[in-house]
Amino acid sequence: MMAVVEIEKLSKTYKIGLVQLPALRNVDLKIEQGQYIAVMGPSGSGKSTLLNLIGCLDRPTSGRYRLGGQDISQLDDDRLSLIRGKHIGFIFQSYNLIGQLNVIENIELPMFYQRFSEDESAKRARNLATMVGLADRIKHRPSELSGGEQQRVAIARSLANDPIIILADEPTGNLDSESGAEILSILDDLHQQHKTLVVVTHDENIARRAERTIHLLDGRINKQD
Amino acid sequence: MLWFGIKRTVKLGIKSLWMHRLRSTLTTLGIIFGVCSVIAMLAIGEGGSREAQKVIKQLGSTNLIVETVKPPEEQVNKGSVETISKYGLTYEDAESIRNTVPDVQVVVPVREIDQEARYLNRKAAIKIVGTIPWYTEISPVRLIRGRFLSSIDLHNQLPVCVIDDQVASKLFAFDDPMGLDVRIFGSYYRVVGIVSQTTHHVTTDAFGAEPPLTTQSSGGVAGNIYIPLTTAKSRFTELSATFSGGSQNVQRVELQKIIIKVASDEQVLQTRNILDALLDRLHKKQDYTIVVPLELLRQAARTRRIFSIILGSIAAISLLVGGIGIMNIMLATVSERTREIGIRRALGAKKKDIIVQFLSETLLLTLSGGILGIILGSIIPFLVTYFGRMPTVITAASLVLAFGISATVGIIFGLYPAYRAANMDPIESLRHE
Repeated sequence: MMAVVEIEKLSKTYKIGLVQLPALRNVDLKIEQGQYIAVMGPSGSGKSTLLNLIGCLDRPTSGRYRLGGQDISQLDDDRLSLIRGKHIGFIFQSYNLIGQLNVIENIELPMFYQRFSEDESAKRARNLATMVGLADRIKHRPSELSGGEQQRVAIARSLANDPIIILADEPTGNLDSESGAEILSILDDLHQQHKTLVVVTHDENIARRAERTIHLLDGRINKQD
Repeated sequence: MLWFGIKRTVKLGIKSLWMHRLRSTLTTLGIIFGVCSVIAMLAIGEGGSREAQKVIKQLGSTNLIVETVKPPEEQVNKGSVETISKYGLTYEDAESIRNTVPDVQVVVPVREIDQEARYLNRKAAIKIVGTIPWYTEISPVRLIRGRFLSSIDLHNQLPVCVIDDQVASKLFAFDDPMGLDVRIFGSYYRVVGIVSQTTHHVTTDAFGAEPPLTTQSSGGVAGNIYIPLTTAKSRFTELSATFSGGSQNVQRVELQKIIIKVASDEQVLQTRNILDALLDRLHKKQDYTIVVPLELLRQAARTRRIFSIILGSIAAISLLVGGIGIMNIMLATVSERTREIGIRRALGAKKKDIIVQFLSETLLLTLSGGILGIILGSIIPFLVTYFGRMPTVITAASLVLAFGISATVGIIFGLYPAYRAANMDPIESLRHE
């Protein structure tokens, strides 16, 4: 099996004034194609930093990171944007949909930046909306949708570019248990389709669904199971 | 590649500007007023200067015009107990100029008398212009019918006249004036030709606004009647009376004007100096003035340049203020939409994409402001012409200029906010509430 993510001795240190604040220390991690991984740990343990690094939103201070075989630890901002747009799908705790765009336009957004043709992106976005069960709400604004529906739009959006890895940061954190369960079942479906998933969570229930759970503590991988 | 998303970028821009309609409108007001004032002022300035230039050009750029002016009062009366004061240009002056000033092509003496002309029971206040056949060389009169005055007329002091089309319509209405007799001051003059006074037609615009300078017919007269100078000399007295302060002053003036034509523009100023020296020797009193249309033309150009500089400064300041207002709002918009920027960056937007997005929003604001300004700025000159009776000309160049300026303002004042938006840290932006 091909490793989607290969991380070797990855460190990230934030400088706040003169103080050095290590967020990740010498992390080694390999994620294989199709794996469903949960990342757990108390706040401040480096979960978000790890997710940001995997998501190419940030660059490591030291160490190596290969995504899909390509070393991207020291790429410039434009290249990182390109990789984010092409290979990574994000799902956020607070959905992060754009308020002035409707459902279909939100789903189209990653394709817009990858210069998909208008017809193709519209068609794809409609299919994705159908997949997450929102075919009849494509003209609605996010403010007209429930939390669970908004998160489903976000999932559809994360799939728009057919990414090699989907990163979710507390995807059910803002949802009631019923909507949360819906979201989790969609994630399970994605796993069934051999999508690679990394989910940061506090929720043991999610962790149980995942194949692997990584526990972070003080910027190190404390335990894996 | 940049062009790919232009349609959707514009659509998106319109959408987010539409969300804050009031804010967008208020923001563009600065640009609207700036552009509007540029166009309106340019139109008024252009109208005025074209008008002046037209009039000056009709005076002839190779002409020099010497006019009789009434000398200051004390000079007239000093050392003279006579009640008749004699001043002004003389036949002798014209002769001297013809004989002594080099480069002179034509010298045309002109005698002007305000009179009343009659035909049957119709009458009209007219100006008699006593002159010589070469008058047509120095004046833009255009012959419509018949002929102008000839040497034979002049030599034999014949009672013939050439009337202009305004006199023709006023006096003869539907009759054909050719060969008919006009009665002026008890004598009859046969009409031998009709000329058109181009000056008057051109300077009167569609709304009937008065030109700033009238050259020929003025002082409430219907038009001109040209008769041979010799005829004028023998039939009309050179004396005229005016009443001022309860006493009667009688003046004697031989000629009202002497118009001199030289071969080319270069000779005008030199000739002017010679003319000045010659007349200074011939006249004890300052009872003449030399008008040089070429100088007026140059002066008009200078005035216009100064006007343009002032106008440019005003426009620059108002557009600067407008631009700063827009930048201010765009900076507020950027920080308001920090999270949106973070989302877009996470979803693959490059810095360039963010710059394009915000720059196009600013451009939309300034260009729509520019268009509104152009519309308003085009209406104002019409109102000025209609109510203010001033000629205005909206040139295509001023519209292009105004549009270009608003685009430039958009780019200049949009770049910084867009740049700031693009350089925000995606992670920080995503955390922004």
